[in-house]
Amino acid sequence: MISQLGHGVRAWLNEMGFAFRTLWAIFINGMGLWKRPRLITTQLHFIGNYSLVIILVSGLFVGFVLAYQGYYTLNRYGSEEALGLLVALSLTRELGPVITALLFAGRAGTSLTAEIGLMKAGEQLAAMEMMAVNPIQRVLAPRFIAGLIAMPVLAILFTAMGIWGGYLVGVQLVGVDAGAFWSQMQGGVDLRDDIGNGIIKSIVFGIAVTFIAIYQGYQAQPTPDGVSRATTRTVVISSLMVLWLDFVLTALMFK
Amino acid sequence: MQFPRNKIVAVMGGSGSGKTTILRLIGGLISPDAGQVRVFGEAIGQSTSSKLYQQRRNMGMLFQHGALFTDLSVFENVAFPLREHTNLPESLMHDLVLLKLNAVGLRNAAQLKPSEISGGMARRVALARAVALDPQLIMYDEPFAGLDPISMGVTANLIRQLNDALGLTSILVSHDVQESFAIADYVYFLSEGTVVAQGTPTEMLMSEHPYVQQFVNAYVDGPVPFHYPGKSLAQDLGIGVAHD
Repeated sequence: MISQLGHGVRAWLNEMGFAFRTLWAIFINGMGLWKRPRLITTQLHFIGNYSLVIILVSGLFVGFVLAYQGYYTLNRYGSEEALGLLVALSLTRELGPVITALLFAGRAGTSLTAEIGLMKAGEQLAAMEMMAVNPIQRVLAPRFIAGLIAMPVLAILFTAMGIWGGYLVGVQLVGVDAGAFWSQMQGGVDLRDDIGNGIIKSIVFGIAVTFIAIYQGYQAQPTPDGVSRATTRTVVISSLMVLWLDFVLTALMFK
Repeated sequence: MQFPRNKIVAVMGGSGSGKTTILRLIGGLISPDAGQVRVFGEAIGQSTSSKLYQQRRNMGMLFQHGALFTDLSVFENVAFPLREHTNLPESLMHDLVLLKLNAVGLRNAAQLKPSEISGGMARRVALARAVALDPQLIMYDEPFAGLDPISMGVTANLIRQLNDALGLTSILVSHDVQESFAIADYVYFLSEGTVVAQGTPTEMLMSEHPYVQQFVNAYVDGPVPFHYPGKSLAQDLGIGVAHD
C-alpha cells in the first residue's frame, strides 16, 4: 500500500512538472506572437465571440433571479432599496467571475480540448512538427492568450447584463425605487475592492480554465475515446479548480 | 540502414514491425533508446530543439492519412509551410502554391476544403505540402494504404517523378509489395524491429528468405504465424487436459 501511495505521488508530481513545463513553454512561445496578432485575433473571435450568447443570456437570467431572491430577503428587514447594491456586489465580487468561468469551461474549454485533441489524433500536430513549426507556438499559445483576454471581458459583460436583469425585475417588475436602486449601487460598490478584485479573479480563472483545456487536448490519447475523456476532464478539473481558486482568492481579498 | 541520395529506399514489413518508428526516429519525433540517427551527416535530436527544427526544414514527411489541416483550404494547406518560414509576397506565394498543386494534378482543387476531397487527393495535397519548401529528404508513411488502384498508381508515379526531378532522397514505408517494388531502388525488410533482409526489388523477388517469401507471396502462414502466439486451441477448449 505504501509503495502504491508512493507510486501515485510520483506520478502526480511527474504530471504536475510536465504541466508547468508546458505552461512555461506557452509563456515563452507566446511572447513571440506580438509579431503575428492575427493568430490571436482569430482565436479571440472563436473563443470570445462564440461564447457571447450563452454568457449574455445567462447573465440576464442570473440577474433576474438575484433580484427576486434579494428582494425576498431584504423586504423582511424593510431594506429593499439596498437591492441594487446587493445585486451589484454579488455579481462583481462573486457570481460574475465564477459563473462566467464555469460557462466558459463548458463552452470554450471543451471546444479547445476537442479541437487540439483531434488535431493530435489526425497527426496534424506531428505534421506541424515535421514542417519545423512548433505546435506550442502555433496552436497552443494563441489559444491561451485569447482565453486570457476573453475571460475578463466576458465576465464584465456577464456582470453588466446581470445588473440590467436585476434592474428589470427589481425596479420594473417588483417596484423598487429606481433612484434608490442605482444610488445605493453607486455609493456602495468600490472600484478597486469590488470591481478590481472581480476582474483579478476573472483573469486568474481565465488562465486556469484555458490552460487546463489546452493541456488536456495536448495530452489526450489520440483516439476517439481519449479525446472524449480529455473533454470530460477539462470540464471537471476546471470547474473544481475555479471553485477552489475562488475560495483562495476570496480569502486573500477578504478584509 | 543507409538511405543514399537520389534513391528511393523502401522499408517494408508487417504491421508492428517498426517501419513508422524508423520515420519518427529520422524526423526526431522520438529519440532512440540506443544508437544514432544521422541525416545529412548530422546527428538528429541530440542538441537543442531549435537545431532540430532547423534540420527538419530539409525534410518533408507524408503522413499515412495526409494529416491536412482540416480548417484550411487545399491552397492554404500547401501555403502553410511557406507562410511560416518565408516572407514571400502574396502574388509569388499564390503562383508557387499553384505550381506545387499543378505538380500533383490538383491545381483546380485549390479552393476546396480537405473534407471535400477524396483520400487519394488528400494524400496528393499532403505531398505538395511536403515538398513546398523543397526538402532534400522526403519520407512517405504508407502512401498507398486505403487507395483505389488508380490513385495508387498516380501516387507511385508522383513519388518516382518528384524524386528524380528534384534530386531527393526518398524513404518509402509501405507494405504494398507491387507498387513499392515498381518504384524503389532498394528495399529493407523489417520484422519485430530488426532488418531481416535487404537488396534491390529483383533480388528480393528471388530471395529464399522465408519471411521475404511469405511477405512477397502473401502466404497465410510462415515465420509470421496466422495464430497470435499463446495457448493452443486444445488447451483453451480443455481437450486432453485433466479437470480437477
